[in-house]
Amino acid sequence: MSDPGIDEASAGLTTQPESDVTSPNPAGIGATGWLRWAWRTLTSMRAALILLFLLAVAAIPGSTFPQRGTNTVEVSQYIARNPTWGPILDRLGMFDVFAAPWFAAIYLLLMVSLAGCVIPRARLHWRAMRAQPPAAPSRLSRLPEHRTLELDGSPADVLTAAETVLRARRWRVRREVAPSGESTWVAAETGYLRETGNLLFHLALLALLVAVAAGGMFGAKGQVIVREGSAFSNTLTQYDSFSPGRLFKADRLVPFTVHLDQFRATYQEDGMQRGAPRDFAADVVYSTGPGTAERKATIGVNEPLAIDGTKVFLVGHGYAPTFVIKDATGKVLLDDSVVFLPQDGNFTSDGVIKIPDATPQIGFTGVFLPTAERDPVRGGFSSFPAPLRPEVFLSVWRGDLGLDKGTPQSVYRLDTSSMERLGLKDLKPGQIWTLPDGLGTLTFTGVSEYATFNVASDPGSGWALAAAVLAIVGLSLSLFVRRRRLWVRVPDTSPDPKVEVEFGALGRSEAPGLDEELDSVVAAVRRAVEGV
Amino acid sequence: MIKVASETTLAYISNNLVYASMLAYTVAMVAFAVSFAQGRGRSDSSMSVRDTEQAQSVVGSASVDVLERTDVESEPGSEPGRRAGNIGMSVMWLATLLLLGGVVARGLSSGRVPWGNMYEFSITSALGISLAFLVVSLKRDVRWLGMLVVIPVLLTLGTAVAVLYTDSAPLVPALKSWWLLIHVSAAIICAGAFTLGAAVTVLYLMVTRVDRRVAAGEGAGWFGAIAQRVPSADRLDQMAYRTNAFVFPLWTFAVVAGAIWAESAWGRYWGWDPKETWAFITWVVYAAYLHARATAGWKGHRAAAIGLVGYGCFLFNYFGVNLLFSGLHSYSGVK
Ligand code: HEM
Repeated sequence: MSDPGIDEASAGLTTQPESDVTSPNPAGIGATGWLRWAWRTLTSMRAALILLFLLAVAAIPGSTFPQRGTNTVEVSQYIARNPTWGPILDRLGMFDVFAAPWFAAIYLLLMVSLAGCVIPRARLHWRAMRAQPPAAPSRLSRLPEHRTLELDGSPADVLTAAETVLRARRWRVRREVAPSGESTWVAAETGYLRETGNLLFHLALLALLVAVAAGGMFGAKGQVIVREGSAFSNTLTQYDSFSPGRLFKADRLVPFTVHLDQFRATYQEDGMQRGAPRDFAADVVYSTGPGTAERKATIGVNEPLAIDGTKVFLVGHGYAPTFVIKDATGKVLLDDSVVFLPQDGNFTSDGVIKIPDATPQIGFTGVFLPTAERDPVRGGFSSFPAPLRPEVFLSVWRGDLGLDKGTPQSVYRLDTSSMERLGLKDLKPGQIWTLPDGLGTLTFTGVSEYATFNVASDPGSGWALAAAVLAIVGLSLSLFVRRRRLWVRVPDTSPDPKVEVEFGALGRSEAPGLDEELDSVVAAVRRAVEGV
Repeated sequence: MIKVASETTLAYISNNLVYASMLAYTVAMVAFAVSFAQGRGRSDSSMSVRDTEQAQSVVGSASVDVLERTDVESEPGSEPGRRAGNIGMSVMWLATLLLLGGVVARGLSSGRVPWGNMYEFSITSALGISLAFLVVSLKRDVRWLGMLVVIPVLLTLGTAVAVLYTDSAPLVPALKSWWLLIHVSAAIICAGAFTLGAAVTVLYLMVTRVDRRVAAGEGAGWFGAIAQRVPSADRLDQMAYRTNAFVFPLWTFAVVAGAIWAESAWGRYWGWDPKETWAFITWVVYAAYLHARATAGWKGHRAAAIGLVGYGCFLFNYFGVNLLFSGLHSYSGVK
């Protein structure tokens, strides 16, 4: 297709950059020359292609190595296990790929490339959309799709019919009047939405990135454990962990209080999947500040509670056995439920109790089994996640809890470095343990549950969703709309009274069905002219 | 009790229907293979079924005599291997109906959509691939593609039955959502269509290889038999593009739907969980494929290779990630 007429006819069917034209050698054209060359290279299709590939490759280590964002513990274990490679990989950012500078460099380059590519294309497209369809090539028979036929009618009739037919099909139509005053051809074009969709898609990607980044910077998320019968308020101090965005301000926390009435869980009772969870729900009462009405709600696994743009998600649960601990004089040192952290799917759970008020201080480490089972090899273990036969194994320790050293301590760990173990006991609900050395008594009074909630505010998520929807709409337009041109010409040599009419059509290479469409236009024009 | 019994019976029926369908798919595969083999016996020199005009443009005018269009197309009944091909298609329908029965029975036995774990996702995807193929076959003659469809279907079913099987059971709570219906059914359609796209791409690569050898005056090689029974390289390339271009927006949708679901289930819409990471990688590679098709010097072969890499990423996201990595998406049910 090196026919100049056809090249002209197909010009501007796409706004694709002409990156394939080899760039001029930048050598010897000065700094601006170099810059221009770099810019042109960066915004070429080939650069986009290579950057996309790099992005895909760069994401791979994010799935093969444990990542800080999701699995901090595993990262430290990995580094400990690989003392040589671990720290090197760490320095390379392999444990935090999606926050690593090299990963950011790739996607930022891609975004710059995208912007640099799309903005000029948008300008081109804007012009193309308002321009007239290009003139008919001199010989339509050179086009990939063409028809020639003779019709009963005048050239003007034929061209008017063609114009009407194409306009009715919502093509943009241009009718050229030859200098003699007679119409000689009609040119038509349609499918501009393809390019519009393509640009919309690429711009929506930029918007998506901005929305995700902004959401991350202005938002925050935290995790909190709430025991049955207790409540949590949306203030910084109440979170077990909290990760604010860089631009987050604490006064943006929406004030509310959530009280957990009851946590409900059901499990598969039989079959191969015995013990697999089947349903979770947390019944809560919440209010948005003192003096406001209290409302009941149920937070389910796929049903978060939304309060003024902040969402509360149920992400986990566990057991909080309840204890009463008294000293030798009968004074109550503790009467509460204590959170134990699950270690396996059947909720074998570890926990500690600290009694700083006793003198000397005492502490307990323990394992809670919701459905206790004994095995000569494994010892005690839990065989089912629901509390069918709850039992707790406790060790009592005496000494210095280390709470006064000023170093922050996990509430789930007992620092036994300056303590001594005095005894071990297993208890069923209701049983009392008389502690050794006259330390007092511990009663295992029962079991309650707790729920783990994620609380997240992400002001960008709505925007991100909107951008994603626009991207899909744009993409579909870009891939399914066919951009094509069609010409109808009546050659000067037309025999009277019949006219010889030439039809020709041209589409982008990926436009299937052009031949059928041309046939249907030809048939419609014939019908309009000959009235059959 | 009666309810439980009937559910177990349904699961049992489902398993047997799946086995039966595998048997039928195997028969279909043999029929398609015979169809190819008979085609081969006929001639090594002609590219009969293929469009002369296009073949010409690929290999140049020197071999026009070799590539002459024979009268086979105008006399369909006489084409060798046609009978075997027809048998293949009929058995394919039978196999797909059996599999449909198996999938429906499985869904009924667990009282929910039949894609709650890897086993179910696999058998439903196999059904998706077959249905996509059969729907296309209603409109045009695609028996030449049969072999390349039935092989992945059988592989999928084989792994499902041998490696991924889990008893029928209700869903884990995280999967109880409307988004399961939307997100996973989109992913299943993508699995079917990506597979078709990859199958056509493989054929495209084979045919261009044959074309090159023929142009260089070498023998057509053992692909020759296959190449002569399929459309021209250009058409295959177009078909592969159209299939992948159809899937890409759907895949985008599946990923976005997954993000929305993740937001409601886990409180964040994107967390670079291995599954999410590979969904992203797959998406980016297919985007690269679409760009490659529009970049001179990358069209054709290289674009096709990128398309296959994309399909590889898709497969890895399914098998590799579910079985190798632990993440929030570990609900395969495989122990
Ligand atoms: C985040 C990076 C990008 C992604 C994910 C992306 C994705 C896509 C997708 C999926 C298509 C397919 C639509 C179609 O074929 O019509 C496409 C087309 C296109 N993209 Fe991109 N793109 C990106 C960056 C770029 C950049 C930097 C450029 C500029 C060089 C670019 C230029 C184009 C062009 C010209 C098309 C139309 C191709 C055609 O004419 O068929 N894209 N892009």
